[in-house]
Amino acid sequence: MALIKDGKEIDDPARFVPDEEALSPGVPAIISLERFQALAPGELQAAAIAGVRLMPGDDPANLAEGLGALRLVEISFPKYVDGRGFSQAQLLRRRMGYSGELRAVGEVLRDQLLYMLRSGFDAFETQRADIAEYLAATGEFSAFYQPAADGAPTVFSARSAR
Amino acid sequence: MYRYDEFDAQIVRDRVRQFRGQVERRLSGALLEDEFKPLRLQNGVYLQLHAYMLRVAIPYGQLSPVQMRQLAHIARTYDRGYGHWTTRQNIQFNWVALKDIPDVLDALADVGMHAIQTSGNCIRNVTSDHFAGAAGDEVKDPRPWCEIIRQWSTLHPEFAFLPRKFKIAVTGAEEDRAAIRVHDIGLHIRERGGACGFEVHVGGGQGRTPHVAAKISDFVPEEDILDYLEAILRVYNRLGRRDNKYKARIKILVSETGEAEFRKLVEDEFAAQTGAEKIALPRAEIDRIEAYFAPPDLPERPASSKVFEAAKAERPRFALWAEANLHAHKVPGYISVTASHKPVGAIAGDVTDAQMEALADLAEAFGQGDLRVTHAQNVVLPHVALDDLPEVFAKLEAAGLAAPNEGLISDMIVCPGLDYCNLANARSIPVSQEIARAFSDYDDQADIGQLHLNISGCINACGHHHVGHIGVLGVDKKGEEFYQITFGGRADEAAAIGEIAGKGLRAEDVPPAIRRVVDRYREIRTDRSERFIDVYARVGADPFKEALYGVD
Repeated sequence: MALIKDGKEIDDPARFVPDEEALSPGVPAIISLERFQALAPGELQAAAIAGVRLMPGDDPANLAEGLGALRLVEISFPKYVDGRGFSQAQLLRRRMGYSGELRAVGEVLRDQLLYMLRSGFDAFETQRADIAEYLAATGEFSAFYQPAADGAPTVFSARSAR
Repeated sequence: MYRYDEFDAQIVRDRVRQFRGQVERRLSGALLEDEFKPLRLQNGVYLQLHAYMLRVAIPYGQLSPVQMRQLAHIARTYDRGYGHWTTRQNIQFNWVALKDIPDVLDALADVGMHAIQTSGNCIRNVTSDHFAGAAGDEVKDPRPWCEIIRQWSTLHPEFAFLPRKFKIAVTGAEEDRAAIRVHDIGLHIRERGGACGFEVHVGGGQGRTPHVAAKISDFVPEEDILDYLEAILRVYNRLGRRDNKYKARIKILVSETGEAEFRKLVEDEFAAQTGAEKIALPRAEIDRIEAYFAPPDLPERPASSKVFEAAKAERPRFALWAEANLHAHKVPGYISVTASHKPVGAIAGDVTDAQMEALADLAEAFGQGDLRVTHAQNVVLPHVALDDLPEVFAKLEAAGLAAPNEGLISDMIVCPGLDYCNLANARSIPVSQEIARAFSDYDDQADIGQLHLNISGCINACGHHHVGHIGVLGVDKKGEEFYQITFGGRADEAAAIGEIAGKGLRAEDVPPAIRRVVDRYREIRTDRSERFIDVYARVGADPFKEALYGVD
């Protein structure tokens, strides 16, 4: 399983810990939104929480408190045809101003990488693309009509700038 | 009409290259069929009963002669010499080989066309009034906004994996010829104190649970409309049902949430957008796109034409055609012509390469180089001089496109049905042909007057039976085809879903039953100006139900 961030393969010791498993002190953990919301204020640091994983039905607005303490938000795509994660990503980046790592996990396929990148993801855990494919997939288009979380210039604006 | 600039051209080329790669990976096995499916669908490629089908986008139905000729070339080279106009103003090719599709897409890109988002759970081709820019009753030409919406929705990264397909229609005329109230979003251009904006309808649709859309805003100023559309789409993408594909359309979200609550969700999302989230659509860009749709430079002509009047007086067949197939133009001395693709016995929407060539020639010689595909599966020449009508008629007649039946009972909307489609429960085309034969006399059809008869071969309602004045729905009952009849549906500004008359009929009983219904209509109408749908509004369905089942 490759973990690609900013176009490079990386390692991350943080692991997702299911709600029914106890957190081990000192081991960086990624936890569910529900568990995150149940944490008392001091517990966040003590439990070495690296990040939170959002499921498709989760409302990112519930992350607003404590978002600053996270270095990682994972958005899960249990089925790649379920596109709710694209809206979650746009909200986190553009409305909530989240600037930490935004990682797509689950069914992350080569041909969705560009849409994900545009929606604000900068990291991808995927079995279906290596670095070469990642670079090919994310370079397939040279212009975009609409603005998105990636901040790429839009065709609408580029035309009037000529 | 709109012409691609370097950005449009580049994006379409990029898309073809991307799809070529996807097809190669699929053919090599690197891409699994399950993974390939949504990708091919978002390029209009379906796997049908017999072969792959390619659906090509014709944004808001408009084509140039050059584009029309390219479609003819594709039909000849990659298909069996014909194509099929769809009810969303697109064209489908039913016999294209998968390996050839990237080449077809390249051929389309050569003339500024594509197949992007003609299928799949994304924002589909934007449709509009086929008389846009020509109609006498138009407040504002909707095509510039259709084009802006086309661009905004093309490859939108957030809305490529919606719960279900999403269809937007725009009209700018009082009479709604774009069926906006049976679309996921219907936009009606309104003017308020000199400013332009949109009345917004959401959650209309047909299929197994038909709904007329709810009006959620009276007026969204044009500079806000893309942001407002984003708000609707985001609410839908996040909250639309994904547990059951038959409940996944936005109409279900609107009806389950309730109109008032849904409106609030959209208004809240719209209000929450930060400045950085707003779509910068500079005025200069709107002006630039509007300029492409400037009215054609039509030489001044007298409001009436001696040539036209004389031809009508001399030739009854021409007069009959002129009565049915012409639509008032905003400029005196001009008119919009509908080339009927539905002579009695034809397959609704089918068009041969030779017919496409003939239409391209006509548009060039007599029609300002402008062609429109209608959602009723015909083609319109929007700007024709009255003086030229006899010649245009003769050429249409030679091409088999001069049936005098626009809007009449044989101008049916018909889905492909069990003959082509793997969803269908029953045949539609043969039934439509038999009904047309029962009304084969065009004088008789003219006397009946406007009557929209629509036929679907299954509950998915691709043949728009819910909004036919008379609707016919094919159902399968223990392996036998039956046809349910509905009355009173309409897709216009008074949109309504037809009511089911009663038990289904066998295929062979449908034409005589419809004949009895039409005879009853003629008995009870006050005069010829009272259309079938008007009589239905006045007296209800009962007399027609009695006639349908032969009860005296």
